[in-house]
Amino acid sequence: MATAKKATHFPLLDNDDPQSSGMHPLKALTKRITEAYGPSGYEQGVRELIRDEIKGFADEVRVDALGNLIARKKGTGPTPRKKVMLAAHMDEIGVIVTHIDEKGFARFAPIGGVYPLTLFGQRCRFANGVVGVFGREIKDSTATEVTLNKLFIDVGATSKDDAPVGVGDPAGFWRDFSDLGNRIVSKAMDDRIGCVVLIEVLKQLKKSPHDVYFVFTVQEEVGLRGATTSAYGVQPDLAIAVDVTGTGDTPEANTMAVQLGKGPAIKVKDAGMLAHPAVKNLLAETAKEAKIPYQFEVLTGGTTDAMAMQTTREGVPAGCLSVPTRYVHTPSEMIDFNDLQNSIKLLVAVLGKQIKLD
Amino acid sequence: MLLEKLSNARGVSGNEGEVREILIDAVKDHVDEYRVDTLGNLIARKKAKGARARKPLRVMLAAHMDEIGLMITHHDSNGYLRFDPVGGIDARVLLSKTVLIGKDKVPGVIGVKPIHLLKASERQQVLETDALTIDIGAKSKEDAQGLVKIGDYATFATTFSSIGTDCVKGKALDDRAGCAALVEILKRDYPFDLYGVFTAQEEVGARGARVAAYAIEPTYAFALEGTVCDDSPKKKDVSPVTRVGGGPAITFADNSLLSDRRLVDLLVETARENKIPYQFKQAVAGGTDAGRITLVKEGVPSVAVAVPTRYIHSPVSLLSKRDFENLIALMIKALPKVAKI
Repeated sequence: MATAKKATHFPLLDNDDPQSSGMHPLKALTKRITEAYGPSGYEQGVRELIRDEIKGFADEVRVDALGNLIARKKGTGPTPRKKVMLAAHMDEIGVIVTHIDEKGFARFAPIGGVYPLTLFGQRCRFANGVVGVFGREIKDSTATEVTLNKLFIDVGATSKDDAPVGVGDPAGFWRDFSDLGNRIVSKAMDDRIGCVVLIEVLKQLKKSPHDVYFVFTVQEEVGLRGATTSAYGVQPDLAIAVDVTGTGDTPEANTMAVQLGKGPAIKVKDAGMLAHPAVKNLLAETAKEAKIPYQFEVLTGGTTDAMAMQTTREGVPAGCLSVPTRYVHTPSEMIDFNDLQNSIKLLVAVLGKQIKLD
Repeated sequence: MLLEKLSNARGVSGNEGEVREILIDAVKDHVDEYRVDTLGNLIARKKAKGARARKPLRVMLAAHMDEIGLMITHHDSNGYLRFDPVGGIDARVLLSKTVLIGKDKVPGVIGVKPIHLLKASERQQVLETDALTIDIGAKSKEDAQGLVKIGDYATFATTFSSIGTDCVKGKALDDRAGCAALVEILKRDYPFDLYGVFTAQEEVGARGARVAAYAIEPTYAFALEGTVCDDSPKKKDVSPVTRVGGGPAITFADNSLLSDRRLVDLLVETARENKIPYQFKQAVAGGTDAGRITLVKEGVPSVAVAVPTRYIHSPVSLLSKRDFENLIALMIKALPKVAKI
């Protein structure tokens, strides 16, 4: 197993022009995809970015009724070919405005699992580009007991009438990408990093014996809704979600045997699913063959699109490849760049070979 | 008035027959066909009329027939009845209420200890459902067993009436208001196949809507509801969820659904063009049939729109007749435009 290397260069100070500043192309792609706006239900922008990115690499690309982007790469094996579905979700957690008060401050409800602790002083961004700051009611509450109904968004307005956003407008966290060398940080790594993996796998996969469906799903953070309907449509024989998972490698963290830089994490179980043992083994065996570091993951809270895919129709063998991520569901989610590259490598190796599940 | 008849009818989740009969009578002359499915949904279909849509389009409107209520679980040795709630009920709204039990409408009282006998500590207590009993005036367990069976449903003994100049009060306005509105909407013609579905078992998890949508495979779906209303004065400048008299409330998001933005915009634009008052449901709370319909098969873009209803999930709720009429007006104007999405 690989260990994380020390950063080999200083972080870039100016990330605005990743191409000219010599940023690694995979980092530049990650920056573009993670910085895009796309809270659950409002993934259009992310979808268009991805659609552009994968142009020419898939045999067929379509968008379904709920907005899932489904790209099919035809297999080269004899028919009937197995259908393999990969899913990564395009949506990110966020907030949605429920009220604008007389002075122009917005009250909001969460979209997905938003921790009040992560909000105060942070910024969010609306579809129209408006940036807001999360403020809190100071009177009668301390910083440690902040709840969502004691927070508000300040969009720089002075009254209800000049507020540049309205009731029902969603916003995502607003934080730009930072390159720390081996470690990279951004908002919405959950799960744009999964989208980056799928994009790269689609580009790098020369041929597969199987029909591979690269599905960029919507509304995962509010209940795996896009995966529920897209899996019904695709009817896969094998399904793998690519998502983030937590780690146990920070000071006084909860016990968890997943660390940044130790390779992609192969899910054994989480709060919503038990990975099919054959899928888990397929991923682990392939990693061993290809000499790719990996670790097993047991996650006590949360789940992924794999749960929805596993239980569609008559049931599908399903698993999940996770990119270990620190500070999940905050505006600064951190991953290891080697883990990202190894996740891509592992999936390319899995899809390139004849899969037998037994 | 159909809403009055529907509100007074008794139909706790799983036992919607009486409500369904009223609705069959009300719609049968206005639709091309109707059927009752395995779970008890009433599915009425109106075939496309007039200028056809470019592509085959099926639009599903759902309103649920069932109401929250109680189910009898046990006869106490002294003839009192124990019960479980069916659907979401705050135990505090049950105290001292009268109910009607079973087919024979056996009257009962959810009795509480009189204030004279309450200890100081008891006055601070909230009684949970399992601490409450229904008194049907039985002399003994055997007497009670002769009147009421385990598994019988109980409904609140509330009679519908007008209140104030524009409002009505009654039980089960969530969602008999949606049912009554759907009946009116079904009296018009539309340029696509319209499925008016009066659903069963919404209050216990939108179970009817799920199977109805599975059969229909709609292109788009609307849930018509009676929704949470919380418009009493607030200490600080925060939103009411909805306001009585503010027009139909459009849901942009609740716990079950992120409404399809095209459908939200369609409703908002239609309301503006036709000067129909409207409001947003200004909280992300609760769930509706739309949340289950949206997940059926390959997915159904959906939205919920509702009559603001005070005191829902209690023995008596209240709504504005103008809001109710405006929900009907809004849907009748908005629906034909669905074909242009």
